[in-house]
Amino acid sequence: MITVDDDLLREMYRRMSRIRKFEDTTKELLLAGELYGAFHTSTGQEASIVGSCMALRIDDSMVGTHRSHGHPIGKGAQLDRLLAELMGKETGVNQGKGGSMHLSDFSIGSLGETSIVGSGLPVATGAALAYKMRGDDNVSLCFFGDGASNQGTFHESLNLAAIWKLPVVYVCENNGYGELTSAKDAISVEDISIRAVGYDMPGVTVDGQDVLAVFEAVSEAVDRARRGDGPSLVETKTYRFENHAVGRLPEHYRSAEEVEYWRTERDPLALFRQVLIERGFDEQQIDDLEAAVSEEIVAAIEFARQSPAPPPEAAFTHLFSPSAG
Amino acid sequence: MRTVSYIQAVTEAMTEEMERDESVFIMGEDVAWNMMGDCTGLVEKFGTERVRNTPISEAGFVGAGAGAAMVGMRPIVHMLIAPFMYVAFDQIVSIISKSTYTYGGQARLPITLRAPMMYGVSNAAQHSDRPYATLMTIPGLKLIAPATPHDAKGMLKAAIRDDNPVISFEDRSLWGQSGEVPDDDLIVPLGHAAVRREGTDVTVVTVAGAITLGLAAAEQLAAEGVSVEVVDLRSIVPMDTETILDSVAKTGRLLIADPAHEMGSVASEISAVVAQHGFWNLQAPIARVTTPHTHMPFNADLEKLLLPNADKIVSEVRALME
Ligand SMILES: Cc1ncc(C[n+]2csc(CCOP(=O)(O)OP(=O)(O)O)c2C)c(N)n1
Ligand SMILES: [Mg+2]
Repeated sequence: MITVDDDLLREMYRRMSRIRKFEDTTKELLLAGELYGAFHTSTGQEASIVGSCMALRIDDSMVGTHRSHGHPIGKGAQLDRLLAELMGKETGVNQGKGGSMHLSDFSIGSLGETSIVGSGLPVATGAALAYKMRGDDNVSLCFFGDGASNQGTFHESLNLAAIWKLPVVYVCENNGYGELTSAKDAISVEDISIRAVGYDMPGVTVDGQDVLAVFEAVSEAVDRARRGDGPSLVETKTYRFENHAVGRLPEHYRSAEEVEYWRTERDPLALFRQVLIERGFDEQQIDDLEAAVSEEIVAAIEFARQSPAPPPEAAFTHLFSPSAG
Repeated sequence: MRTVSYIQAVTEAMTEEMERDESVFIMGEDVAWNMMGDCTGLVEKFGTERVRNTPISEAGFVGAGAGAAMVGMRPIVHMLIAPFMYVAFDQIVSIISKSTYTYGGQARLPITLRAPMMYGVSNAAQHSDRPYATLMTIPGLKLIAPATPHDAKGMLKAAIRDDNPVISFEDRSLWGQSGEVPDDDLIVPLGHAAVRREGTDVTVVTVAGAITLGLAAAEQLAAEGVSVEVVDLRSIVPMDTETILDSVAKTGRLLIADPAHEMGSVASEISAVVAQHGFWNLQAPIARVTTPHTHMPFNADLEKLLLPNADKIVSEVRALME
């Protein structure tokens, strides 16, 4: 059993709380018309995100998905520039060119997020290849959904990582659905981690609502990768509390009872709060922590609102990197 | 100066860049086995880590090249032949071409894809494509088609050193041709066309292997008293429209010889640019010698019928001169 000290517990809770509040706030802003674009929230998946990200060092890299507002937050990104990006502002992490599905923050090791389902897996695999070839002790982590595990890129990437013994950890966030289709109807196996067997690598399934369980499983996989023992697949069973995309789609494909069950019984923040209390934190400490996060959110919104829009010329910049051979 | 073949020039470019920079490596199917003859001596010199055989997994290893590039490597990804890129198309389009832009300049992608093109040798439709026009429609990619050993070396070296994705379309009809290459470090900056033969009556712009046809046609036409200027495009994106427009301003006539399919081709793009910006210099309609909008048949005679050749260029130029 991996030991997690109070500071780490507090930081985990802080980041989970940041994600939850960030998502709740941005959802409101979207529905109010202040934000625009396709909007997939990670509400409900905070434990899976934070447990995974905090198993990494800041200089380790990760790749996210279309549902990745939370992932850079989990990795330690500042909220203000993420929010500014969602508003399409010049101060945004991507200077207003990426938006909701492509938040990236290279300064904290986020190599980006891709909105073509499954397309990030080869990228994360390639980063791991670079680390291995250079003899760096970094680890590459790739988030993807249950739906993405049916893409060829998933299978190709796991095979490449296995034959080349790359320092990469594949984290499949199985939230039970790909768009509106249940994983049960789309995936040949109950536990996606089983697919690791086909690539001769360890595969484990963990409770994705339990941040410490995720942290432990991913830490083990990260250690293994860093030791030079190769890739792993970790599946976190989780749930998205919101619909596939906010404010756009019908929700007749899942029952209200099911959503209610996850929200009340399986909320990762509520569950983790319980753990913190058991570990000797008091309610007040946790409430204070949340209040501080709320202030960060208010400041981030303010920052984003005050920020300038990109000038028209910005549509043409960054098509290429400046230095040419 | 030495005389080397196109394929040797390619090998030299890769060898020198791998010697110069540890972050350069090559991967692709059977590269360490030197299956195509363009990786001679590489594995002996650099080992199987840097001359890396891949499984038959184009989306996987092209995307892995992108990821490696994003964290500082300079991969050369060998596609074997250009149409195998289709299997990795999403990685090329969604990741390689777009990441620098979408991430607001945070991502650098110094990756080179080598895409040899094999056509006119009875490999039928699936193996014979010259797909640069398809890729030309995608912003964020540099596309080159070097047509001499000199450029094969100098442009490939420039591509490898470039911080951006470059796809090099090597026309295999040129691989065996020889030419002069200087002994010292040769870099040919990307983005410039080259006037291969000066002339005053007609401009013939050639793409990739069409250079051979353009020069042969020019020779034949010279005997008839027609002076042809042959412009080797070399760089498809960025396209050196200035050199083309300057040449047309001088000659007043334009023919584009492009081995790819005609519809939406590089030839079409050049035609549009000249019609838009050089119209008043034209004394005759623009002519295109390309492959018609049908697939490459297996039958050797049928295939030959479709592809550009020197005779087609000659007769089109004659028509322009009437
Ligand atoms: C290649 C591709 N096909 C389809 C889509 C449309 N799409 C967007 S999200 C999504 C579901 C992805 O499911 P999953 O991987 O489980 O991720 P989740 O949304 O559940 O987080 C689909 C099909 C897409 N973006 N990319
Ligand atoms: Mg899902």
